[in-house]
Amino acid sequence: MPWRAILIIVSALCLLAAPFAAGWVQSFLVLAIAKGLAVLGIVVLLQAGQVSFGHAIFFAIGAYATAFISRAMAGGELVSLLIVSALIAGLVGLVIGLFVVRYRYIFFSMLNLAFSMVFYSILEKFFHLTGGSDGIRVLRPSVLGVVLERESFERLLYVVTILCAIGFGLLVDRYLKSPLGQALRAIKSNETRLEYIGVSARRVLLVAYVVSAVLCSLGGVITALAQGLATPEYAFWIRSGEFVFIAILGGASHVAGAFVGALAFEGIRNFAAILFADGWQMVLGLMLIGVVLFASEGIAGLWVKLTAKTAAQKSEAAQ
Amino acid sequence: MSAQTLALAFFDGVAYAALVFLVAVGLTLIFGVMRILNVAHGSLYAFGAYASVSLVTGIGLMGWSPWLAYPALAIAAALVGIVLGTAIETLLLQRIYAKEEALQLLVTFAVFMVLENVQRLIWGVQPYFIGEPVQLLGNISLGGIEYTAYQTLLLPLIAILVLFGLRLFLKGTLAGQIILAVTEDREAATAIGINAKKVFLITFIIGASLAALGGALAAPTTSILPGMGTDMIVLSFAVAATAGLGQIEGAALTALLIGLGRSFAVYLAPEFEVLTPYLIMVLVLLVRPQGLFARPEARRI
Repeated sequence: MPWRAILIIVSALCLLAAPFAAGWVQSFLVLAIAKGLAVLGIVVLLQAGQVSFGHAIFFAIGAYATAFISRAMAGGELVSLLIVSALIAGLVGLVIGLFVVRYRYIFFSMLNLAFSMVFYSILEKFFHLTGGSDGIRVLRPSVLGVVLERESFERLLYVVTILCAIGFGLLVDRYLKSPLGQALRAIKSNETRLEYIGVSARRVLLVAYVVSAVLCSLGGVITALAQGLATPEYAFWIRSGEFVFIAILGGASHVAGAFVGALAFEGIRNFAAILFADGWQMVLGLMLIGVVLFASEGIAGLWVKLTAKTAAQKSEAAQ
Repeated sequence: MSAQTLALAFFDGVAYAALVFLVAVGLTLIFGVMRILNVAHGSLYAFGAYASVSLVTGIGLMGWSPWLAYPALAIAAALVGIVLGTAIETLLLQRIYAKEEALQLLVTFAVFMVLENVQRLIWGVQPYFIGEPVQLLGNISLGGIEYTAYQTLLLPLIAILVLFGLRLFLKGTLAGQIILAVTEDREAATAIGINAKKVFLITFIIGASLAALGGALAAPTTSILPGMGTDMIVLSFAVAATAGLGQIEGAALTALLIGLGRSFAVYLAPEFEVLTPYLIMVLVLLVRPQGLFARPEARRI
């Protein structure tokens, strides 16, 4: 256990120190970790074996909630923005969740895709409200009543993002190890037996769905604040696809997989975007096929396997 | 709403339903036999459209008879269906039949991402338009309004031909019976000597060709844009799911229902045009989760 605490503190310190190496690192890391938060939402649902092809809808809801509040209140306040936007996304997640948790696998995936497509076209079509495909500008909010300069706000947002990642990472870890999280895993292995011991599979999945919606929306809020913009592209299916891809790449067997996956993904993308500017989506698709066919456990899976092996060797050596 | 707009909405809806049906029936056929939802189906539709644009424009440039556009549409569809269908099935799908459902979905989704990109690399992002096949057939006049014969006669006719053709093929020929046998019980079918692998490949090619045919026939009626594949996969899934996955005749009726619903929405409440198909789907699935025409499956413990 202390090993884990040390690992978390060391990686947090490394992240905090990283921006001093180069200026662009900070904005890169904010966006990557925000994406990791959204991916964490996908990872929660993957525990039940369910893949959502439409979770970008919650990412966009978080971003647009922030944008609307920002527009109405000339910026608003950072902490309340995070909380209110996440609450709104949680509520929407509850409503959509009540419908989609009745379904599994193909239906679950495609219904989510349908919802996000509808939301995307609403964002594009209702021009007078949403600004159409140009989106809405997000102003710099104050922080607990203090108005900050651009540079210090960005530094603060970076710290808040890291804190969110660690805090929600730990919370989700606890949640997945709790009876509710174990019940979630049971949906994947055998749902009927879960019902036989008196647990409502739908309710278990609904909780997970709302949790995942909130996590995705937090990613959206941070991204909107960091980029100063909310556009319909946030709800587009390619973004949903990216989330799923990162979750598979990082591996669903550990919460850290979401963040490691997101950092690896964004890193690869920065290089791939230079090498194959037009072919980026193709590279992504081919990599996804490769991971599914040859390493379906992802990076976290490799890590878990590796540590299990060394633990086994140790106990063998002890005997 | 006058009788004229009513008629206009009706014919629009039928023409649209015919196109959606062609794509949805391919999707539902593949699912019925192979138990795989082919997310890349939307891309096959888009490829069908783009390929026919290239062929028809090519015919125009060569100065050949514009009537050749019609066989060109069919050839484009068959070409896309056979080439891409064979490639996807043999290179990828054959490796994943034993994997869990979520992973199968991911693979077809990945294929979709790749194909969307390839399509953009080949044809770019500018819109294309080929109007000749529609103009050649001329207009017909009904109750004082002119309709294009292509949309009011040809499209529904082809959809009906495909529907009855598929029915005849599956129920009346040996090959069709073999496909049905594999659908019913793959193991038992394999045990009596049916080559399930081959059946899967042929089914996938048929389904892929139908999607491409939908795209090829849609090409003369709208402008061809990137993103058309995405819209179509979600819409054809909505049709197939509302009917019940694997239901061929049901898909025809549901396509009609959703097509009409959409075109009436265009005239009554244009903001809801995009939403109507999904509203219909959500309403149906709330009442009958397995779809309109499918029987609920017994739970396996």
